[in-house]
Amino acid sequence: MNNEVPWWASESFWKKTAIWVTGIMFVVLIFLTMNTLPQISAGSARVPAYSVINKHIAYEFDDRRNIQVPVIGEDDPLFGEMLSEKQAEALVTHGKKVIQGRNCMGCHTLLGNGAYFAPDLTKAWLDPAWGSEAEREEMMLNFLLDPQENARSFGSGRTMPNLHLTEEEARAVIAFLKWMSAIDTNGFPYNFTVIEKEG
Amino acid sequence: MENVQLNGGQQLAVKYFVVAVLLFVAQILFGLLSGMQYLAPDFLLGVLNFNMTRTVHINAMVVWMLYGFIGSVYWLLEEESGHPVVGLKWGNLAFWVLTAAVTVVVLVYLFVQTGPGNDFTRWFINEGREYIEAPRWADIGIVVCFSVFFYNVAATFAKGRWSGIAGVLTLDLIALAGLYMAGMFYTTNISLDQYWWWWVIHLWVEATWEVLVGCIMAWGLMKTLQVERKIVTTWLYIEVALMFGSGILGLGHHYFWIGTPEYWLSIGGFFSALEPIPLVAMVVHAVYDSGVRHMKSNNRPALAWLIAHAFGNFFGAGVWGFMHTLPQINLYTHGTQWAASHGHLAFFGAYATIIIAMFYIAVQHMRGQADLGSHLPDRGWKWKWALGLLNVGVVGMTVALLISGYEQSFIERAMDGSTWYGYFAAQIHPWFVQGMQWRMVFGVVTTVGIGLLIWDLLTIGRARPVTLPAATESR
Repeated sequence: MNNEVPWWASESFWKKTAIWVTGIMFVVLIFLTMNTLPQISAGSARVPAYSVINKHIAYEFDDRRNIQVPVIGEDDPLFGEMLSEKQAEALVTHGKKVIQGRNCMGCHTLLGNGAYFAPDLTKAWLDPAWGSEAEREEMMLNFLLDPQENARSFGSGRTMPNLHLTEEEARAVIAFLKWMSAIDTNGFPYNFTVIEKEG
Repeated sequence: MENVQLNGGQQLAVKYFVVAVLLFVAQILFGLLSGMQYLAPDFLLGVLNFNMTRTVHINAMVVWMLYGFIGSVYWLLEEESGHPVVGLKWGNLAFWVLTAAVTVVVLVYLFVQTGPGNDFTRWFINEGREYIEAPRWADIGIVVCFSVFFYNVAATFAKGRWSGIAGVLTLDLIALAGLYMAGMFYTTNISLDQYWWWWVIHLWVEATWEVLVGCIMAWGLMKTLQVERKIVTTWLYIEVALMFGSGILGLGHHYFWIGTPEYWLSIGGFFSALEPIPLVAMVVHAVYDSGVRHMKSNNRPALAWLIAHAFGNFFGAGVWGFMHTLPQINLYTHGTQWAASHGHLAFFGAYATIIIAMFYIAVQHMRGQADLGSHLPDRGWKWKWALGLLNVGVVGMTVALLISGYEQSFIERAMDGSTWYGYFAAQIHPWFVQGMQWRMVFGVVTTVGIGLLIWDLLTIGRARPVTLPAATESR
């Protein structure tokens, strides 16, 4: 087409290349997306059903994968109340909407994404900051209802502002955090210390 | 606008540029507030908490850059197509509607801030998803206004003449608008939420925005250096091929830890590691063309900012992105100040720089093709110092944040097990705190640079109304 430049430097060659490369990559992305979506739907092996909040959740080292993975155990209902799948979904949904409405991601990270002004919440349910499993629910509830009075800032002076959550909203947030801690995140966060059973 | 007739598209472009500069100032002021809150945790606590100062900081950035891009496209549209903007009055209306919407969103962020956990909050106050916090009504408004913009662009090229730049630009704008809609739905499932959220964030900033600035760069090099159209168009296609070839599947580097299957570790790691390649190509392209023309330009500030773009894009997006893109490293750096370090240099280097170059191209035209070459009064100290202060300021912040990020990776992530205790152990460590202090210092340097930049944009070329022959117009 152009006598002065070799074919590999010509405009028409690169135009075609650009179109083909973009098209192929996009098609591959669509295929991968179709493969991934069922694997991350709630109720899949990697992302558990919302009713997982009825169960005990641990985060244990898996020798085969060489990372920590969530382990779903016996019945351990949140706030002592067994919920149906539908009730659990409604509660976790409310929690997610509170988390969005209060703009939690403006300070915290969820699954590592968000802002870096406050701790990551991916495994917050499993964090030793809540004393022991026996005390956890009450401590989390008190913290969310009045994070100034019950500040957990480990000498940093940085406290969470009181976002005036109602008790219902706080319980819903805790349900969301419990559910999120059961997601298989390929070992993120790494080297996580899990809360003790007894204080 | 002194005694120079701007075409319709350029008049609209100037409006977009003015708002862009105002939002740029807002971005840096709220950035200073956020930075201050790291050093003095009680600063504005309960009045304007960190989550809101930071939200305004990053949203003002996204919006000023979009305004800068839209303005740049309107600026070059009539010249590139050889036709007046089709449907300009709708374009003007869309500008005012969009600007009114942005104003309302920011006022609600500042005075209402957050809301209860229901659908009303998400529709009218705050969606609470990083970068796209704007409530749903605003999302819809943005899509409508953007559609008008797209109509202006596509219809003008269709009635005038198509070029390689026009074709790439038009297709890229379709992708850009379509991707935004991937973020416009609610789901409780956080893994699914973040899967689609990254389609907006990554496929904007690491794919479609990059191609958009590639188009602006191509046009800008023709304008400032009179590079031949055939050369810039060929380079543009090469960049599109490399950018989309690496960047589309490079999306996978955000799918390491959000619940997605393990194969994304390999796909994301591999393709995102290739993402710097097109950015190297852009540096070669810009430097080669500048060298061939012995840096001779009658708009040296614009040329300098275009070169700052080429290097800033390569270092900020390319090198700083590559440093923590492999999953073996990202496991320790994900969600730490590493990302903030990368974000600061990448957004500035890849996008702020080229929009500033367009400001100078516009200003030169508005001042009657004033010679902004080597004969500026006072040796052009203002633009040179603005360029220097802004680059030193942002690079300084980037390095300071990186040091804090390194410390966080070691202490919080590797040693102390990523717990809340580990997080705060890292936050109070002197190395972290010093990083935050230096970030603040360089934030102030950046702010001074912006002040100087605005002063220069308002005054440059006014003192010497030299009119150059028409030959300086690109063909």
